[in-house]
Amino acid sequence: MSTYSNQDSAIIKMDQKYGWTGCILKIDLSNRSYEIIKPESEIYKKFIGGRGLAGCYLRPFCHLPWDSPEMPLLFFAGPLVDTESPASGKMTVMTVSPLTGTISDSSVGGNFGTELKRAGWDGIIITGRSRNLCGIKIQDSNVEFIGAENLRGKTVSAIFRSLPAEGGAAAAGPAAENGVLFSSIGFTGDYSPGRGGSGLVMHAKGLKFIHVKGSGSTAVHNSKDLGSARGDIMRLISASPALMGELGISESGTGALYDLIHSRRMMPTDNFRRTYFQDAGLLNAWHYKNKFNPVKTGCSGCHILCRKLSEDGRAIPEYETMSHFTALIGNSSIDLVMEANEICNETGMDPVSAASSIACYMEIKNLSITGVELIRLLTDIAYSKGDGDLLKPGSKKIAETLGRPDASMSVKGLELPAYDPRGAYGISLSYATSTHGGCHLQAYTVSHEILRKPAATERFTFTGKARIIKLAEDLNAVLDSLTVCRFIVIAAAIEEYAKVFNAVTGSGLSGQELLMAGERIFYNERLMNRIRGFSSSDDDLPSRFFKESGSSGDGITIPPIPRDEFLEARARYYRVRGLDSEGCPVREKCIELGLEWTD
Amino acid sequence: MDRLIKKYSRKLVSQKLCAEGVPVFGVLDDVTRWNSDADENEILDRVMRGLSINSILFAPAAEPYCSIIDYLAEYSTDINGQIRPDDTETRTFFHDIPVIKSFTSDEILSGLKKRKGVIIPGHGIVTYGTVTPEQAFVTFSSICFTTFVKFMSDYYYHFKGILRMKGSPEPVFNKAVRWYRDSLSAINSSPLINAPFKSGEDVIQAIIETGRLTVESGMVDSFFGNISVKYGNTIYISQTGSSLDELSGCIDPCPMDNSTTNAITASSEFSAHKSLYSLTERKSILHGHPKFSVIMSMLCDDILCANRGECHIKCSRKRYIEDVPVVPGEIGTGPDSLSRTMPSAMKGRGVIVWGHGLFTSGVEDFTDAYKNLVDIEKMCFEKYLSLVER
Ligand code: SF4
Ligand SMILES: [Zn+2]
Repeated sequence: MSTYSNQDSAIIKMDQKYGWTGCILKIDLSNRSYEIIKPESEIYKKFIGGRGLAGCYLRPFCHLPWDSPEMPLLFFAGPLVDTESPASGKMTVMTVSPLTGTISDSSVGGNFGTELKRAGWDGIIITGRSRNLCGIKIQDSNVEFIGAENLRGKTVSAIFRSLPAEGGAAAAGPAAENGVLFSSIGFTGDYSPGRGGSGLVMHAKGLKFIHVKGSGSTAVHNSKDLGSARGDIMRLISASPALMGELGISESGTGALYDLIHSRRMMPTDNFRRTYFQDAGLLNAWHYKNKFNPVKTGCSGCHILCRKLSEDGRAIPEYETMSHFTALIGNSSIDLVMEANEICNETGMDPVSAASSIACYMEIKNLSITGVELIRLLTDIAYSKGDGDLLKPGSKKIAETLGRPDASMSVKGLELPAYDPRGAYGISLSYATSTHGGCHLQAYTVSHEILRKPAATERFTFTGKARIIKLAEDLNAVLDSLTVCRFIVIAAAIEEYAKVFNAVTGSGLSGQELLMAGERIFYNERLMNRIRGFSSSDDDLPSRFFKESGSSGDGITIPPIPRDEFLEARARYYRVRGLDSEGCPVREKCIELGLEWTD
Repeated sequence: MDRLIKKYSRKLVSQKLCAEGVPVFGVLDDVTRWNSDADENEILDRVMRGLSINSILFAPAAEPYCSIIDYLAEYSTDINGQIRPDDTETRTFFHDIPVIKSFTSDEILSGLKKRKGVIIPGHGIVTYGTVTPEQAFVTFSSICFTTFVKFMSDYYYHFKGILRMKGSPEPVFNKAVRWYRDSLSAINSSPLINAPFKSGEDVIQAIIETGRLTVESGMVDSFFGNISVKYGNTIYISQTGSSLDELSGCIDPCPMDNSTTNAITASSEFSAHKSLYSLTERKSILHGHPKFSVIMSMLCDDILCANRGECHIKCSRKRYIEDVPVVPGEIGTGPDSLSRTMPSAMKGRGVIVWGHGLFTSGVEDFTDAYKNLVDIEKMCFEKYLSLVER
């Protein structure tokens, strides 16, 4: 890849002018300088954008500790952002996770990615460390560093209020200042790339905020083709009950999943000791709707608009938060969920890890907690006070410290989201294989095991799931690189997006070639984790799931996951993915995928 | 997976899409498993490994589909060598169908990289699944359906002198008509689980029975279509992506007031069903894609109409096939959704949605809805024949 200084005006290849801006902003906070990277078209073709491109630029530094000044914190948007492509307003944040030690990538919504593209950047790489807290303001090609000590201790929304209302912004909140390992970065519009602690990495760089405003637009290669490809996808989205149905996520937000997961008897309850929460019927999306009369909002350019804001402007929680702040910790008050969600957003904490850390603590201490206690404990975590100090490193460390490592419901230290793995075996395997720990999103088997798309699969079996998961991980790696919303897989296939991609960029890649890029992008992440010391023993679930049953009933039996079948499926996955029997990447596969091999 | 490939091989035969013993099914996890030791396995295995899929199906279609497909492949492809049907099922989910010349892995791969299924004239059809062999079955069945519909509607325009079909379509036409007449005349069933329903469980059993009968009648594809009953203030409706002949465990109870969101997995036509129940006193809805109802809905002589090409959403004319109205409308909840057109048109026996399918409904149970579905399809078939009679 070639690097140019600020003054260089290198000519980039034709095709990069469409979809991609062709420019990446690399900032060194140690000396408050920046340079422009203009990647060769080969890099774009191999890594597409978003998550793929971020991974490409993380790779040379992936062996470093998360808090090393050289460790990059990457914000990358994909080629479809800021175009007519449906549901394509997302962006990736990537770095190494303080919570898990793995690479950490999150897809984030809102308008930051769109503003970034409009300002002329495919991504920002932040390195170095500022001695005093600082902020970065980007207005098109202008980059300005601003002292931000005055924002110390301020909540995320207070930081945003101090910035121009126009444009998009990202900020690290008080939880990051206080060393919470699962602190998140807040984005304008109440978004956060929830998982893994990227907020803490941002704070370690002395970076309080980034504000970006662009006045350009993303060039499209063939608008007519884009229009027709868009039409095909829009028709599929309209035909999807889960997306656009009158009870789908467009109407009810991701909270629409609450009833479904409850009725499938796989809602994590009491720190995953049970899978059925008797009060769930009082806490579903309908109750939020009645109580808060929400309005729809969403990422730039998306018409699904899955986010909901209450009449008084507060964020209605996502499904994960709704579930974990009720069933997982035994709370039956919607108001409390709203308040907990707000504390997480304002202080910059991942609500999934926060709730799960509390649930783990409650199990070990055999506690039940009142609403007042819950709010106090959450606030104490964010401000590192009292028991909060014990909870801020997340459930894995809490459980180790208290001598009950089995009570952390996490994979690689990342707390599990609100789908009990005993309720769908594809989900269980995908928790284990995800490159950033316990997360359902990289393979999103929820789509076929629960939502029946693109077709229903049997949820209590591992048969066939190894290849299905590998293929889905590749697909989602592409979507995260384009950067298209994950929910789209419920309706459209890669072939439809390949048409969009080609109309936007003019590059002529088939859906299969895009998936090949997805395989490369995922394998690169697996490779970085191997360099960081991860192997098969980390690709595992808490022992509870193999020993204890879930809550059977209503004709549904939730037995423990058969351990031998899980291990066989994992071994099959390793073979399908081209890993060795220890789950580690191998040289030949790297070469096949055009990735550099490191011994 | 072995169970699934057996199941869908059986279904291909029972739904008269293939002859016994001919489907070749493979599924791939870390190794490939086949349902038979066919000569084609090696080529198909290469295809499967070259694509991000987990199952593959190859089979020659049964008659009359086979003759229709070979005819269309020879005479009716566009400049890209694809067959381009007009019905909504295909336009929404499959677009067009590539035709290739020979059974080689390279050619099959090049077709399947673009679309979910490919036709090899004289050989058969190859389709695939990404998560389950069921998808391969569904695409296969859809290709049979859509080519049948295209052939018959082309034939009508050919007869009228509006379009010229090359070669000699007549023998194919005669074969298909004879076959369909036999299959229609064999229908003699009617639902046995009838009102009054005493519980939700009764309702579910009635839905399962009627769904199965509808598929067994041979009029509809199993995978497309949906069915519901309004019982008290709850709509019991088939789930999205379920098969009408296998509805056990696939029926969602959805309260009319939306107080639970289980309908997130309910049929994509949930809103249309709900709207019909709100507007009328009807208690049951049956929807499928019987061939001649779909074909008849698409035939219109006004070839200069400004909406031509977008009839499925724009047709503004009051059209009827005898007493049955034909309305425009798309699947789901978009601005042109059939949930805005079909429910208010349901005044008599049923409503046909342009190029899509037939909705019927009943005031108590499925007795009328089922009978009307059969009668309307028979009526459409006879009507079609009368239009192309010399
Ligand atoms: S569906 Fe929601 S998350 Fe996805 S792009 Fe649209 S608004 Fe954003
Ligand atoms: Zn239909």
